[in-house]
Amino acid sequence: MSLLSVSGLTTEFRTDAGWRAAVRDVDLEVGANETLAIVGESGSGKSVTALSILRLLPEAGARIAGGSCLFEGRDLAHLDETAMQAIRGARIGMVFQEPMTALNPTMTIGNQIGEVLVRHRGMPRAEARAETLRLLERVRLPSPARRIDDYPHQFSGGMRQRVVIAMAIACRPALLLADEPTTALDVTIQAQILRLLKELQRENGMGMIFITHNLGVVAQIADRVAVMYAGRIVESAPVDEIFARPLHPYTRGLLQAMPRHDRMQDLEPIPGAVPSIRETIVGCAFAPRCPLRIARCVEAPPLDAVGENHAVRCWVAAEKVPA
Amino acid sequence: MSDGLTVSGLSKTFVSGGGLLGGPEQRVRAVDDVSFAVEEQGSLGLVGESGCGKSTAARCVLRLIEPDAGAIHYADIDIAKAGRHELVRIRRRIQIVFQDPYSSLNPRRTIRQTLTEPLRVHGVCAGREADERAGQMLSEVGLSRDVLNRYPHEFSGGQRQRVGIARALMLEPSFVVADEPVSALDVSVQAQVLRLLADLRDRRRLGFLFISHDLGVIRHFCKQVAVMYLGRIVEQGPVEELFREPLHPYTRLLLDSSPVPDPAARRDLSEETGEVPSASNPPPGCAFHPRCPHAMPVCREIRPATTSPAPNRLVACHLYG
Repeated sequence: MSLLSVSGLTTEFRTDAGWRAAVRDVDLEVGANETLAIVGESGSGKSVTALSILRLLPEAGARIAGGSCLFEGRDLAHLDETAMQAIRGARIGMVFQEPMTALNPTMTIGNQIGEVLVRHRGMPRAEARAETLRLLERVRLPSPARRIDDYPHQFSGGMRQRVVIAMAIACRPALLLADEPTTALDVTIQAQILRLLKELQRENGMGMIFITHNLGVVAQIADRVAVMYAGRIVESAPVDEIFARPLHPYTRGLLQAMPRHDRMQDLEPIPGAVPSIRETIVGCAFAPRCPLRIARCVEAPPLDAVGENHAVRCWVAAEKVPA
Repeated sequence: MSDGLTVSGLSKTFVSGGGLLGGPEQRVRAVDDVSFAVEEQGSLGLVGESGCGKSTAARCVLRLIEPDAGAIHYADIDIAKAGRHELVRIRRRIQIVFQDPYSSLNPRRTIRQTLTEPLRVHGVCAGREADERAGQMLSEVGLSRDVLNRYPHEFSGGQRQRVGIARALMLEPSFVVADEPVSALDVSVQAQVLRLLADLRDRRRLGFLFISHDLGVIRHFCKQVAVMYLGRIVEQGPVEELFREPLHPYTRLLLDSSPVPDPAARRDLSEETGEVPSASNPPPGCAFHPRCPHAMPVCREIRPATTSPAPNRLVACHLYG
């Protein structure tokens, strides 16, 4: 049973050329205790997918044009703002790339986390403070009792992200949505934060959607992987499968373009660039950059099942594999 | 004096605060007694996390930041002692490529103006000849000559970085300092630019000082690597060997923390490894000792000297003292 079930999600932005889709017909499933990584480059639609689920897109310039996001029996795509506010930060925790976007610079970290507990869990102030201290200990903020009344600017980037994580798990959410949570951090700190997120997931049984551009991080944290390109999922599979047997030429291209420190390989760049949102895409969006391109690629390929839990959106790759 | 770039005892302290309203004075030893050498046509990677001093060290080499101490030689030029006129001469031999192709190109100048300016400033040529050279350089970096009249905002990040590289090469330097040249780019474009840099390096026989926080990029581009931590080089040597068998515990931590795209190589860092301490108040002795799993009493008191426990390898750690 899925915790979150996204189906046919399409999100559009207003551009000077009219409404254009940034996310097209996206299907996702996340279960409890499970980590789904959404991976893609800038402009792939991975962050817009997250913001659509959370309904955090600017109303004037963006709209959900279709699809549903079923979560705990309700369709998030059609809830009003008041109902969403009761879900965000309570049933769905959020961690973004830049911790300062989630923190109020004029409030102590203790009061910010406390406020979440008072508002969503209805705790009395004194109890909220004790719980805040416990949460700060849990995310391994050093000397929490001494630092609970400090302001966000008094912490390093890694410590701020720990504070944000403490706030995100304060209400024991069923789902944690993490959008590039370690991208702004140094690698040694990134490793600590990834480990912390995994531990918290194990303890709370949360489902997690982890959005990243970094395939190394995906390999480290994911159970299942969805690769996005130009607003669509082009391949999805369990983590071991997608690294052992990548099928979509874009997934393969990404792996061959990433320099690794543990072995020497010839880098194979992907020629060209990601299409702009203004471009009208006919057929497969990756075709102009694709080494496997055939005549049929002017038709848009479906996301085809090619094995247990493995699906690929490519005429050529889907045909080569015995289904 | 050998060919290539030789840096020894390079130091730079930044002072902030102090004065009437500045609050307490803070001194940050951004670069602390750093020495390295890059052979003619060699490539040295400087790797480390934010604040380790790698970019400051690179900028000191070009005197874009004035070092406090240290000797810097390139071929027959004494860079550290060079006067204004000599510095102009040095800039024809050594050029820099910056990280951010968005802020390093003047948005009000056409690509033609950006590329021909160095030729004009250095009195190499102007007019049609300069245009011709700019056009040639554009095709060498994989852009069309037709873009000469365009402005930076019309290009993607990868294309802008190609323009930044073209500008650096207009004076036909023999050495390039590249400060995180691919860090702002998506992985597919990053590989394009890395390949371009490697082609140019081989074709033009360029020497490189290559700054990056990404161990994969360093391994791919550089023959030699120096690892920096809190202003000091903790280890240096040939990149293949050093990544296969790191000596310094910090290099080991850095390698273990850098994820690779292979679920079978998942690592579970067994203990909390702490954060980089403040550079304005670094720990005494070895600056890494508060995070080091092998820390001994001596590490808290005495700064380790650099030793060479194996051929071509240098490390600053009491384990090898």
